[in-house]
Amino acid sequence: MTNIVIAGLGGQGVLKASDIVADVAFRAGLDVKKSEIHGMSQRGGSVSSDVRFGEKVYSPMVPPGEADYLVVLSPDQVEPNRWQLREGGTLITPGAIAENTLRDKRSLNVALLGCLSVDLPFPEAAWQEAIRQNLAPKLHATNLQALAIGRAAAQGGEAANKHVIGGSGSK
Amino acid sequence: MSGPDRRLLSGDEAVALAARDGDIALGTGYPGTPSTEILESFSQLGGRAQWAPNEKVALEVGLGVAYTNARALVTMKHVGLNVAADPLFTATYTGVTGALVVVSADDPGMASSQNEQDNRRYAVAAGAPMLEPADSQEAYDFTLLAIQVSERWGIPVLLRLTTRVCHSKTVVYPAGALAASNAPATFVRDIKGRVMIPAYARPAHRRLREKLARIAEWNEAEGPNREIDGDRSLGIITAGISFMHVREAAPEAALLKLGMTYPLPLETIRRFVRSLFRCVVVEEGDPYLLEAICAAGLRAEGKPEAFRFGELNVDRVKRILARDASPELTPPPGKPPELCHGCPHRAVFAALRNLDCIVASDIGCYTLAVLPPFEAVDTCVCMGASIGVGLGLRHALPPEQARRVVSTIGDSTFIHSGITGLVEMVYNPPKTGHVVIILDNGTTAMTGLQEHPGTGRTLAHQPTGKVVIEDLARSLSIASVHVTDPTINPAAFQELVAASLARGELTVIVARRNCLLAAGKIKEYERSAARETESCIEQQD
Repeated sequence: MTNIVIAGLGGQGVLKASDIVADVAFRAGLDVKKSEIHGMSQRGGSVSSDVRFGEKVYSPMVPPGEADYLVVLSPDQVEPNRWQLREGGTLITPGAIAENTLRDKRSLNVALLGCLSVDLPFPEAAWQEAIRQNLAPKLHATNLQALAIGRAAAQGGEAANKHVIGGSGSK
Repeated sequence: MSGPDRRLLSGDEAVALAARDGDIALGTGYPGTPSTEILESFSQLGGRAQWAPNEKVALEVGLGVAYTNARALVTMKHVGLNVAADPLFTATYTGVTGALVVVSADDPGMASSQNEQDNRRYAVAAGAPMLEPADSQEAYDFTLLAIQVSERWGIPVLLRLTTRVCHSKTVVYPAGALAASNAPATFVRDIKGRVMIPAYARPAHRRLREKLARIAEWNEAEGPNREIDGDRSLGIITAGISFMHVREAAPEAALLKLGMTYPLPLETIRRFVRSLFRCVVVEEGDPYLLEAICAAGLRAEGKPEAFRFGELNVDRVKRILARDASPELTPPPGKPPELCHGCPHRAVFAALRNLDCIVASDIGCYTLAVLPPFEAVDTCVCMGASIGVGLGLRHALPPEQARRVVSTIGDSTFIHSGITGLVEMVYNPPKTGHVVIILDNGTTAMTGLQEHPGTGRTLAHQPTGKVVIEDLARSLSIASVHVTDPTINPAAFQELVAASLARGELTVIVARRNCLLAAGKIKEYERSAARETESCIEQQD
């Protein structure tokens, strides 16, 4: 089973990003569960969402310290969420995406999914399809570009430490 | 694409899909996290869904529908059932001829609530059969089953969800449509069955207990309960989302997973418990199952008291099974939510803070004004409480303090249960007067921008009758009623509040400006309504 936690602040597209990941796994025929808490979090507070997929998934929540991947959309949310990552798990942070490469900063969530996607056993086309299914048509071009930028960043050799993509964020 | 219909749905979406497949004639409720999306999804699927002013009215409307052979769905969050409890406790006496499914979405851990009450107690107290799904598939299946149970025994059924079930997306294979209601909607007079004067209510209570006894037999024989064979040295009884955590935490254990948790299948439980060396009951919240099992004279162990609080998860279930009551790791705090920058409530709470008011407040986004930088909320209890609590403070405090008391309440909350508070203010006015500020941002913001009777638009954003808050206040002969946009001139707004406090009259200030997040959508709805009116006029010409 693969455990992914996506974290950030309200309004950054954490839930949309987890919808896209869950959709990709779902379309691949796997058992999938996705869980999050909405409500108060919509007002600019911390938000996080868990996605788990595999042959069979029971609990929808990633147990503490068992995330294989922790994707964080806001640098100040790295430390509050680091406890979710298992030893040897991969941390993906906004530093992975060079500044001013995105057409629209709001597609950072999808760009970081691009980084994540390189490590997951689904073809690039499946990610593109999930983006089309989960976003309004006028956002497709920007977000498909963001996905490509994220994938290129993760595949580029500059990530010497495979377990941290984009820097630890703990400055 | 061929193959079976397979979907990834939240629990709320699954209930909505089952409502459509189950031929629900009307869905009604009041928005409340985590239940809100049920009626919104039902509406999007083409179902007839509407927001009621509050949960009590919703349940009464649903009951009326279910008196006609038709099927009704009524949704609310856990605390909403407190408001709807009055009709519920007697609806189980009258019963229904169609189906009445009442969704209670509980919030263990209080992701977005003022308490973590365990509404399984309501099933017992009201005598309503209760189903507890563990994931979206069961949310779908149990909604259909609830309709069937309700129709078969003519009784309202409680579908008890929790936040994790409502808001987790899991895979669903929809079973397909349920047979339509067996009789057309019609009125059949049944005075002794539906008029609960004592003479008719006494036999009705006996009928209810007989129904519950028959439902218990059915639950025993063919209820939605599952036994999973396993190691008899440890057996676990569980229900709802806890089942999922248990299955992962203890895959080797024998399991009894209960789907209908009232009335309980006690013989099934007895057989299971007696086959075990050790039996643990794993449940979120109150020890509801444990108490019932122990009261039946069976030996079972529960959880340490620390696990009564908050949600369970795989880690916590492992601790319960290991009888590990050592302190749990507390995750580092995240960033708390705040009033949006540009939120019109900001101007109001800045004024109240500057004036050092004692603020009896209410449930909504504006409760966030309790946090820095405002820290301008002194009480928040339940929907509508701001007005009653404010009046009580005014009655009891010495005059110099009483004159600082203000009640703040949102527009949707005011319609929900603030109106009776206003009536109380007129009927029993404090000697120092009172000031009520209605924070009218044109939407039910906190739950995700739902309409309400004060917006003049239906759940699906279509024009309908509108309750005008200031007209309502004026009709009660309240001395001063002001309507103002607090953001245009915050200093003037503060002066208005200060002057109102000094005057010592009964005052209502409607602080009106659309929620920043809703403003664009509201304009769109208004434009499309205007277009429709125009085309109507053209057609008439």
